[in-house]
Amino acid sequence: MNAPHDMRTPARRVRGLGPARSGTADFWHQRLTGFAGVFLSIALIVIVLSMLGRSHAAAVQILGSPIVAVIMLLFILTSVYHMWIGMQEIILDYVHDDKYKFLSLMLNTFFCVAVGLASAFAILKLSFGV
Amino acid sequence: MADLKAGAAASRRPRPLSPHLQIYRLTLTMAMSIVHRITGGALYVGTLLMAWWLISAASGPNAYATFEAFIGSFVGRVILFGYTWALLHHMLGGIRHLIWDTLHGFEPAEREWLTLASLIGSIALTLVVWVIGYIALGGPR
Repeated sequence: MNAPHDMRTPARRVRGLGPARSGTADFWHQRLTGFAGVFLSIALIVIVLSMLGRSHAAAVQILGSPIVAVIMLLFILTSVYHMWIGMQEIILDYVHDDKYKFLSLMLNTFFCVAVGLASAFAILKLSFGV
Repeated sequence: MADLKAGAAASRRPRPLSPHLQIYRLTLTMAMSIVHRITGGALYVGTLLMAWWLISAASGPNAYATFEAFIGSFVGRVILFGYTWALLHHMLGGIRHLIWDTLHGFEPAEREWLTLASLIGSIALTLVVWVIGYIALGGPR
């Protein structure tokens, strides 16, 4: 980058490299999902409290009912996207070696997609199976 | 040519680093900022518990019984209690950040009050949720 025979001035080297005009997307989406998450987290706590000590049949009925299923799907999608951005931010803060950085960024995406898909699939199966 | 060599030498000199955590006196807002990140990381891992819960319910009575046995055990309850607190603390900390995003609450007294409120509020709400939970179960077992 800063080769000894580079005749260009520092300004010339960086001109045209940015901004990408999309740098605040993650920031905004983190606020968006966080704001929605406040209400969805309260809803999740109410749903879990309503299921305590119930049989499997009752749990299936509650989780499979349309309103609860939609709230759960919203919670899953919102929190998975929120935590994907959050963990990416943590990785970019602490992992500086390119090898480990891109590996952990990939693992972060795999984890969030897998957990989100598995949870959403379970809700859909419960919902359509009743 | 002399200028070029001087420039190359300057670029190899170690760059100044900004001071990090250990340089500063620990303040409440700083501690809660760190806790916000830690609870976020804990909730990240905690989604595995949510996935297990939902998949076991979708799989059938036997799988659900296995999950219930784990979450009802002492270790399971400690993890769930921690998850409840982490969720509520991250939520209240997030609300504090949303307030700060509107450029309100930055005065010294305000930011201390907001930060303390999120800490005390998260502990109080966690206890309220668990008391309701134990009442729903018909008392501690």
